[in-house]
Amino acid sequence: MDGKSIIRGRVWKYGDNVNTDVIFPGKYTYTVSDPIEMPKYALEDLDPHFADGVQPNDIIVAGTNWGCGSSREQAVTCLKQSGLGAIVAKSFARIYYRNCLNAALPALICPDAVDAIGNGETIEIDVAAGDVHCDAGTFTFQPVPAAVIKIFEAGGLIPYTRKLLDKRRGVE
Amino acid sequence: MGQTFAEKILAKKAGLKRVIPGEIVEITPDVALSHDNTAPILGIFKKMGGEKVFNPDMHAIILDHATPAPSTKHAENHRVIRDFVREQGIPYFFDVGRGICHQVLVEEGLALPGEVVLGSDSHTPHAGVMGAFGAGIGRSEMASIWALGNLWLRVPESVRIAVHGELPPWVMAKDLALHVIGDLGADGAIYMSVEWHGELIEALNLSQRAVLSNMTAEMGAKSSYLPPDQKVFDYLDDRAKRAYEPIYPDPDADYTIVKEYDASTIEPMIACPHTVDNVRPLSDIAGTHIDQAFIGTCTNGRLEDLAAAAHVLSDKQIADSTRMIVIPASSQVYKQALRKGYIETFLSAGAVVESPGCGPCMGNHMGVPAVGEVTISSANRNFRGRMGTKESEIYLANPLVVAASAVAGAITHPKDLE
Repeated sequence: MDGKSIIRGRVWKYGDNVNTDVIFPGKYTYTVSDPIEMPKYALEDLDPHFADGVQPNDIIVAGTNWGCGSSREQAVTCLKQSGLGAIVAKSFARIYYRNCLNAALPALICPDAVDAIGNGETIEIDVAAGDVHCDAGTFTFQPVPAAVIKIFEAGGLIPYTRKLLDKRRGVE
Repeated sequence: MGQTFAEKILAKKAGLKRVIPGEIVEITPDVALSHDNTAPILGIFKKMGGEKVFNPDMHAIILDHATPAPSTKHAENHRVIRDFVREQGIPYFFDVGRGICHQVLVEEGLALPGEVVLGSDSHTPHAGVMGAFGAGIGRSEMASIWALGNLWLRVPESVRIAVHGELPPWVMAKDLALHVIGDLGADGAIYMSVEWHGELIEALNLSQRAVLSNMTAEMGAKSSYLPPDQKVFDYLDDRAKRAYEPIYPDPDADYTIVKEYDASTIEPMIACPHTVDNVRPLSDIAGTHIDQAFIGTCTNGRLEDLAAAAHVLSDKQIADSTRMIVIPASSQVYKQALRKGYIETFLSAGAVVESPGCGPCMGNHMGVPAVGEVTISSANRNFRGRMGTKESEIYLANPLVVAASAVAGAITHPKDLE
């Protein structure tokens, strides 16, 4: 989101326990290293229509344990680079969740919304307020913690760390 | 209301009086652990503008994933790491052959009670065997720790597992771990800290306890904890690199999930393809053909595991149609196994014994299966494609069962060989 709080986009809906091997296949982990190249392999083994069809600010809505398995960061990078606006799930695998927040890709936990939202519908998320607006109504989620918003605003953990490092050096 | 182990240790490290689950804290770990992935982390560190690492003494770098190097590319990767370690003056570096990072961290007295270990490896909760808080993190996060010295952590909810009774003959901590994972599911403890309590846990030796802390990652947990006792303190006596202060949860702490298990009702369990929570009793699938048996890994490659396998293999031969691979978890384990005669038992039985490291566990080298082959393994993961090809199957079991299956050429209860 890189600082913007409202995300409005079309939904790609998936099920439970989607693992990182189908989000970004392991066979590409050493052959595709440029983030720009990654979106064309996104969800290759889950949904062959996703990579060509995804539009900026689209939103993935998923069941439990999204991103389980290997901790590979490319499984987040390929979606972030594709322009995806957010992922709303019933739950996330822990390291995947952290990788999302550190890549400034909102990962929101809202089980009720997941059940209510249909594939292809357009929804709106207010990340700062903690609301999801969809055809079935409005649902609330625990807002992204203020401590992590700082990383979002910087555009992710890499620019955030660079900024802090520069600041420390300036002080010294 | 009292506090769980995770709440206490994260409050202490964050310099706060107390913390609650869901709260975000910034902490500096006592140990930052990385392995062969140190080279890609270095790339991110440079992108961040990093030059010198924060406190070189905090880092433990242990080469284990593809060691000794199976290709020029891997060798170059190792060289980048050795150069980096030298430039930065990192004292706790362990080169190829020393062993698997989680095991070496314990043996070297670097995983200590009441300390925090953050590692760029998903099995970092292993350090919980010593009463440390161990959690896996991503590569960018490790690079950020190198640069800044700290990282944000969400205070986890906690699970309390109490285990009573004694394990029956032929049943090991691995079976208990698989039984619990089968019960809670692969997402049963997502983002939680899992505490293991009860008289069985107290009775287990450290090697068996480590199986529990190691396998806790397979329930989705952030971290794992076993209360450190005299066995831990005695082990650390001549190993601990620093003075340490154990932390214990309060008796009235608040747990999100509370479970009790009776160890005496557990039988040898098998995790069937292709998920660790697809657990069935051995009796259900006995007779399944195998092509390869593998004893090793951070889960079950310690001396007691090799002893168990050697006990089964003594005066026996592995089946003609079957290959058996044995990889001690560390050089210390290897030396002890040599002295005890286990290595000779393995070689006499027709097994291949290889140098300490992760071996074929994640499909790098040293005995990966062919298309269509079936492996029975003492490791912790059996995901599709884990050992290299998607077209193969992995069954996870305790070392007694793995060894017995190697003799029979099919999944077999060790008592059926007698």
